Amino acid sequence: MADRRYIGVSHKRLEDRALLTGAGRFAADLSAPAQLHMRVVRSPVAFGRLRGIDAAAARRLPGVVVVWAFADVAHIPPIQIRLTKIGGLEPYQQTVLARDYVRYVGDPVAVVFAEDPYVAEDAAELVVPDIEELAPCICATDPPGEFMPATLPGVSTEVAVVRKSYGDLAAAFAAAHRVVELEVAVGRHTGVPLETRGALAEFDPASGVLTMRGAAKVPHYNRGQVARMLDMPDEMVHLIEGHVGGGFGVRGELYPEDVLVCHAALRLKRPVKWVEDRQEHLMATNHSRDQCYRLRAAIDARGFVLGLEAEIFSDQGGYVRTHGVTVPDLAAAMLPGPYVVPAYRANVHVRLTNKTPAGTYRAPGRYESTFARERLLDAIAHALGRDPIEVRRTNLVPRERMPFDRGIDTLGTRVVYDSGDYALLLDKLLAHLDYERLKAALAARRAAGERVGLGLGYFVEKSGLGPADKAVVSIDAAGTVEVVTGAASIGQGIETAMAQICAEVLQVPLERIRVVHGRTDRIDYGMGAFASRVTVMTGCAVQAAAEALREKLRAAPSGTPAAAEGWFRADHMTYPYGIHAAVVRLDPGTCAVHVERFVVAYDIGRAVNPMLVEGQIVGGAVQGIGGALFEELVYDENGQPLATTFADYLMPTLAEVPPIEALVTEDAPATQNPLGVKGAGEAGINGAGAAIAAAVDDALGRPGAVTRLPITPVRLHRLLAAGG
Amino acid sequence: MKPAPFRYDAPATLDETLSLLAEAGEHGKLIAGGQSLVPMMNFRLARPGRLFDLNGVAELDFMRVEGARLRIGALTRHAAFHRPPCEGPTGALLAEVVRHVAHYPIRQRGTFAGSIAHADPASEWCLVAATLDAEIVARSRAGERVIAARDFFVASLATALRPDELVTEVRLPVLGARWRTGFCEFARRAGDFAIAMSAVALRLDAGIVREARVGVGGVEDRPSRQPAAEQALAGRPVSPAALAEAADAAAREVKPMTDLHADAAYRRHLVRTTTRRALERAAA
Repeated sequence: MADRRYIGVSHKRLEDRALLTGAGRFAADLSAPAQLHMRVVRSPVAFGRLRGIDAAAARRLPGVVVVWAFADVAHIPPIQIRLTKIGGLEPYQQTVLARDYVRYVGDPVAVVFAEDPYVAEDAAELVVPDIEELAPCICATDPPGEFMPATLPGVSTEVAVVRKSYGDLAAAFAAAHRVVELEVAVGRHTGVPLETRGALAEFDPASGVLTMRGAAKVPHYNRGQVARMLDMPDEMVHLIEGHVGGGFGVRGELYPEDVLVCHAALRLKRPVKWVEDRQEHLMATNHSRDQCYRLRAAIDARGFVLGLEAEIFSDQGGYVRTHGVTVPDLAAAMLPGPYVVPAYRANVHVRLTNKTPAGTYRAPGRYESTFARERLLDAIAHALGRDPIEVRRTNLVPRERMPFDRGIDTLGTRVVYDSGDYALLLDKLLAHLDYERLKAALAARRAAGERVGLGLGYFVEKSGLGPADKAVVSIDAAGTVEVVTGAASIGQGIETAMAQICAEVLQVPLERIRVVHGRTDRIDYGMGAFASRVTVMTGCAVQAAAEALREKLRAAPSGTPAAAEGWFRADHMTYPYGIHAAVVRLDPGTCAVHVERFVVAYDIGRAVNPMLVEGQIVGGAVQGIGGALFEELVYDENGQPLATTFADYLMPTLAEVPPIEALVTEDAPATQNPLGVKGAGEAGINGAGAAIAAAVDDALGRPGAVTRLPITPVRLHRLLAAGG
Repeated sequence: MKPAPFRYDAPATLDETLSLLAEAGEHGKLIAGGQSLVPMMNFRLARPGRLFDLNGVAELDFMRVEGARLRIGALTRHAAFHRPPCEGPTGALLAEVVRHVAHYPIRQRGTFAGSIAHADPASEWCLVAATLDAEIVARSRAGERVIAARDFFVASLATALRPDELVTEVRLPVLGARWRTGFCEFARRAGDFAIAMSAVALRLDAGIVREARVGVGGVEDRPSRQPAAEQALAGRPVSPAALAEAADAAAREVKPMTDLHADAAYRRHLVRTTTRRALERAAA
C-alpha cells in the first residue's frame, strides 16, 4: 500500500480547537493562590542622571508589600546578549533596574509588589524618581555622545561599527559608467503581538524549583539565563509557555521584567504575576527598524552593479539588549540581496540613542535593506532610462551560479545561497500579474487623471539558523504518539507542521499525535522559535526521531511502547527568496495611499502545509504594509515617545489592506536539509516597504520621490506640494 | 492601565442623579457608554473621585421627533443611528455620519449625548451639532437650560456645562425636503479619529442655494461653522466653481491644530478636500 502523504497537505491547524472555543490560556489568564502583582515604575524622561528614588509614600499604601530600586537588586547581573555577540558590548547591557542613569522613557527605575494590580498601579504612581535631566540624543545620524558620562566616561554611544566587504570596490568604481547615490531611511517600528508580555513566577519550597509561565520564543535559553542571574542550577528553573498571542521577534526575549518576577517569587516566597499594558508595550518591549542607508553604486551602461558601498546607521535605542548587533549584521549581510554585486563594502554604525532599546522584528535588517536596495535598483533604472524589471534581470544571480557564496558571514554562518532560480520566479510573478496588460491599464488610468502605480521589491530571505535541534518521538501502548520538541509556538502552527512531518514518517493519523513545545521540563535541549528556523531545524529533528522510532518498531510486536531521539545539525542557513508587487492609488485630496493589490511571490523550497505558508505570508504582508504606510514610533525633540497607544501607533486593519495574493512556488528545494524545506515566517513582510515605495513613485510619476517609510499622509502632502 | 480609585453609584432616576452631581461637585463624573471616559480613566488622564452611572435612568433613554425637532435622549447609543432616526435630510445625514463614529462594538455602547458632553474636537456628533445649530438641554437641581451648540463647545474637551449639570437631551432640527446634506471625513484608518471632516447642509430652490451651513471638525479645538464658505454659496447656483470657492474659503479661514498625524498645512489641505467633497455629495 502506498504511503499516505501528510507533508504538502493543507491540514487544518491542530492548535485551533482550544483557541476557537475560548480554551486558550495566555499569560494574563494564569493565576496562583496568594499571588502578588508587580508594577514597574518607569522613567518619565529620556535621559538623565538618576539621583535617587523616593518610595516612602508608595510603601505606606495599604496592600503594598515591597518596593525595590536598583540597590535592592544590585547583585543581579545585567541581561546578556543572546545573539550576535561581539567584543566591547558589555558596558551597554541593561540592568534589570536603572543604575545611575535613565536612558529612555520607559526605563525601569523601580518595581512595586502589591496584593492587587490596582494597588500596585496606585503605588507605582507614588514612587518619585529624582532625575537630573540631560539633553537626549534621538537621532542615530547625529554625532555619537557618551553613554553614561559621569559613571562611564569616554564610553561612546557608537557601540560598534559592523563591517562587511568583499571584492575590489576601488576597481569597480574606477570602471563605472556612472555612480548612483541615494539616502533612504526606514522609520521606527515594532512587532505588536495582540497579547502583551506577561509572566507568572512561582517558587516551590518543597522541590526548590522556580517556574515561570508566560515564556515564549526561547524558553531554554532564557531558563539558563534566569538561573545564572539568580544563581540557581539550571535544572531548578523551568520556563513554560502557554498559548502565545504573537511573537514577531519582540516577544519572548529576556527582558528586565522576566528576571524581576522570578527574583521576586524567590525572595518574597509568593507567586508573582505581571502583565504588561499596551502603553508599556509600546515603550518597553523592543523596538526595531529605524535605519538610515547611504548607498553608492558603481554601474555599467546596462545598469549592472559593479560595486556597492553602504554607510548604514542603526538606531539601537537606550541599551544593547539580547540581540546584540543582530539587526545591523543582517542588514549588512543581506543588503546585496538577489543581485550579483561583485564588489561590496558596508559599514553599519550601531548607535545608541535615548529611545526604547531595539531588537529584531520579523525580517530584521531585511525589511530595511530590501527597501534601500530596491530603491537603489529603481534609481539605477531611472538614471539609465531602463525598465526597472530589466535592470533587475541584469543583476539577478543566475541559476547556474547556485550555490552562490556571497563572500561574507552573518550570525556566525557563511552566507551561501543554497538554491534558487530568481529569474524564473520573476517570470512567474509577471505572468501572474499579466504585467504588460497591467502596466497598460495603469497607464490608461493615469492618462485619465488617476494617480495609480505599480512597484515591486525583490529579496532573498534566510531561514533555518543552526546549530542544532533535538526531538524525541514516542509511542505508547495505545498507539498515541508524542513529539517532544524544544521549539516554541508563537502562533505559527508548529504543532500541526511537526505532526505532519511525524505522520509522514510513521504513517499514523495526525489526530493520534501530540506535539509538546516550549517546556524546559520536558526536554533538555531547545532552541525555540526565531529566524524562520522551526520548520527547517525542528522539523528535520522530528523527522530524524520519527525515522529512528520507525526502525525500533520494525522488529517489535504491535503495541510495544518505544521512544527515539533525533537530532538535526546545520552549519549554514537556507535561503528562500521572493518578490512583492503592489498596485497603489494616491488620493491627492487626502494624501492617502490606497493599496489596491498586493502580491507576494515566494519560493519556499517545499511547503509542509501550504495553508500555513500562505497564512504566514498574508499576516506578514499586512505588517509590511503597516510599516510602509502607517506604523511609526515617533519621538519629539525631548525624547518623549508620541505613539504609545493604538490611537497613535497605527496598525492596518482589514479596511486598509486588500486581499493578499500569495504565489508560492517550490522550484528550489533546500539543499541543506533532508526535507528540502525553507522558512516561511518572514516572506510576507520583507519586500513590502520596497514595493509600496516604488508603486507610490510610479503613481506620482516621480522616480525616487519616496526616501522614507512610512509614507504618511503628511509626508505625501509635502511630496505633492513640492512637485505638483 | 488601571484607573485611580473612585466611588461608583448607579442612580435610578434623574432626580437622584442630579442630587449626586450636586453633592460631588468637581469630583463627580457621569458615565453612560464609557467609550471615551474609561480609556481616559485607565490612562489616568481622567481621575474622577465619583462615577455616576446613567444606564439605569430609564427616563433618559428615548429618541423621538417632536414638531420640527429630533430629540435625542442622553442614553441614545450611536448604533441607534445605523438606520435614519427621522425622515428627510437630517435622518440621512445622521445615518451617513454614524458609520464614521469609531467601530461597530463601540457604537453599541457609546452615546450621542456622551460624545457631545465629552467635546472631543474630532467628534463627528459635535460637528453635526455645530453645523445644524443643535440645542443642548442641560439639567441640574437648579433647573433646566437650553444651550446653543455655538455656545456649548468652548475648547478641546471643554464645554459650557457646569459640574452639577447633565445633558438630558440634544435637539436637532428636522430639515425639510429642500435641504440637501453631505459629509466627508478623513481619518488615517477606518474608525480612527478624524483628522479633518466637513458636514454641510444646503437649502436649494431651483438649483440656487438659499441657505448654506458648512461645518468643519477635527481641525480646530472645537467644531465650527464656516461663515466665509457659507457666504460663498448663498444665493448662487450649485456649480463646481461655487463649491470650490466655498471649499477654498473654509480652508483659508480655519486655524488648524498640529499633532502627530497632521501638521497645519496638511490639515488645511484636507479641509479643502473634505469640504468640497461634502458639498459635492450634498449637491449630487
